[in-house]
Amino acid sequence: MAIIGKPDRGSVEMNAEECKGCGLCLEACPPKVLHLAEGLNRYGYHPAIYAGVGCTGCGICFFVCPEPGGIRVFRLDAVAAA
Amino acid sequence: MASYTVTHQKARAFYDTYERKAELQNQTHYCPGCGHGIVSKLLAQAIDELGVQDRTVLISPVGCSVFGYYYFDVGNVQVAHGRAPAVATAVKRSRPESIVIGYQGDGDLAAIGTAEIIHAANRGEPITVIFVNNGIYGMTGGQMAPTTLLGRKTATSPLGRDAMNEGFPLHVCEMLNSLEAPVYIERVALGNNKQIMHAAKVVKRAVENQVKGLGFSFVEVLSPCPTIWKMQPVEAQRFVRDEMAAVFGLCNFRDRTKEAQARPARAASPALEDLPRLLDLGNGSGEDAVAACPPQELDLRIKVAGFGGQGVLMLGEVLAEAGLDAGYEVSWLPSYGPEMRSGTSNCHVRLANHAIDSPLVSRPNVLLALNEPSLRKFLPAVEEGGLVLYNGSEIPGDCVRSDLRMVALPFTQLADELGATKVGNIVMLGALLEATGILEQGRVVGALKRLVHPRFFELDLAALARGRGEFRESASDDYLWGV
Ligand SMILES: Cc1ncc(C[n+]2csc(CCOP(=O)(O)OP(=O)(O)O)c2C)c(N)n1
Ligand code: SF4
Ligand code: SF4
Ligand code: SF4
Ligand SMILES: [Mg+2]
Repeated sequence: MAIIGKPDRGSVEMNAEECKGCGLCLEACPPKVLHLAEGLNRYGYHPAIYAGVGCTGCGICFFVCPEPGGIRVFRLDAVAAA
Repeated sequence: MASYTVTHQKARAFYDTYERKAELQNQTHYCPGCGHGIVSKLLAQAIDELGVQDRTVLISPVGCSVFGYYYFDVGNVQVAHGRAPAVATAVKRSRPESIVIGYQGDGDLAAIGTAEIIHAANRGEPITVIFVNNGIYGMTGGQMAPTTLLGRKTATSPLGRDAMNEGFPLHVCEMLNSLEAPVYIERVALGNNKQIMHAAKVVKRAVENQVKGLGFSFVEVLSPCPTIWKMQPVEAQRFVRDEMAAVFGLCNFRDRTKEAQARPARAASPALEDLPRLLDLGNGSGEDAVAACPPQELDLRIKVAGFGGQGVLMLGEVLAEAGLDAGYEVSWLPSYGPEMRSGTSNCHVRLANHAIDSPLVSRPNVLLALNEPSLRKFLPAVEEGGLVLYNGSEIPGDCVRSDLRMVALPFTQLADELGATKVGNIVMLGALLEATGILEQGRVVGALKRLVHPRFFELDLAALARGRGEFRESASDDYLWGV
């Protein structure tokens, strides 16, 4: 959801409640747009975070994440012809 | 403003939150980076996409994935170690419309449960099996599994797995692929994105095969266990890709889904009342019909004992069979010694008007002793007030117990007089019937007709009558009663 210019093709919502900070999504993401947070979630893990820029919506992180609801992936809707 | 639509999210087949302690309701109990989490996700996704959540029954194993029922909002059965294929068989056969998915680890499936999976596959049970091979017993802290790679150190192979000592890694797909019946067998891995995406397709295929009514489908998933392997999740993923997949080749071993015919629905079991006719039991006349309810209160715990060849087991069988016809609950348990010939032989028979807790008779209230050693051996166990029939002309002096009703008759000799030593057991049965009045004559005759060779039937009837007669006569004498 880039603020300026062309919007990103995708986006992700990371769920710190489920995340265990395993890092598999960081490794798997082709454009490498995910990171582990400095801080801890309430279980003591550094949860994965998305800074909000560069996601292509490919969905790979969703499949490599071992947590059922760790990640939600969105894709940009086709722009309706004006 | 750009708008976005969700493309991937938690599968509906998962519960939103789990029935665990409050603070853990959003957390699975898997370690970070555990392959079980990924396999579960792929499976849940497949269930969603195929629209079978409402009729799926997941069979969870013993192992780290034991808690499938916390996460999957489907029918769940958690089973004993290694037994998922047997339970899956039962569920599928009794509810053919359900989608039955066995989920097992490698210790579960390839060690303690090896026999179950082979036979389920060999029967071609139309179920789906997901086999998570992480090369270790994860749950119990890292013992060697049959699938552990050579050289790997584990709690039970501390010097590294050595083929000469622990054998070679077991290749389950290859083994199952030697069987006729399976329809679909594939090994996949969770070693990188590509492998995981492929695994997703294969897991879905394996469930879809079942939806289409095809036969046995099996997917082995090479899966990381970062905790026990003592690796970071990313490193463990690499190990799956480079080390495990090098030993366990990734391959579709079998895909007969095109040729496979949807299995016809299993024929319904015959009705209970048709069984006697189908199994050729009895003649179907009213006389032989099983009584609806037992005629009297009864709890007979009978021990029959003697030498092999004296007809000990047959005596017990006739009693149980006749009792069954009379409407009693019965059990008959032969107890074989290691010596099949010329050894001792005994059996336990129970007849009761209530459910029988155990077929084992350790405290008999009737002892039928066909020889002296059996009398001596089992007499001490007979309950106070019980009945003892002994094959001899008198009870040995040191065996007399005044708290029992003891009757000695030379049954073998009486049988000899009838011209056949071997019907001594039936003479004894006659005496027992006379002594207790427990079973109508017709029931016993019916049982004999079914159990003994027609050639001996008349002889057995004579033996029965002789036993009854001798007992009646001797009952008038005093020497019988141990007084
Ligand atoms: C009859 C029986 N024997 C042994 C055990 C102990 N036990 C629990 S889990 C397990 C091994 C599980 O290993 P695996 O199937 O590979 O599952 P993982 O935890 O690796 O996923 C064993 C031996 C048990 N629960 N029941
Ligand atoms: S959807 Fe693709 S691009 Fe976006 S964060 Fe996930 S892996 Fe990266
Ligand atoms: S893969 Fe899932 S659990 Fe692991 S760090 Fe990423 S979001 Fe967290
Ligand atoms: S011990 Fe291994 S298999 Fe078990 S939950 Fe942890 S990582 Fe998964
Ligand atoms: Mg295992």
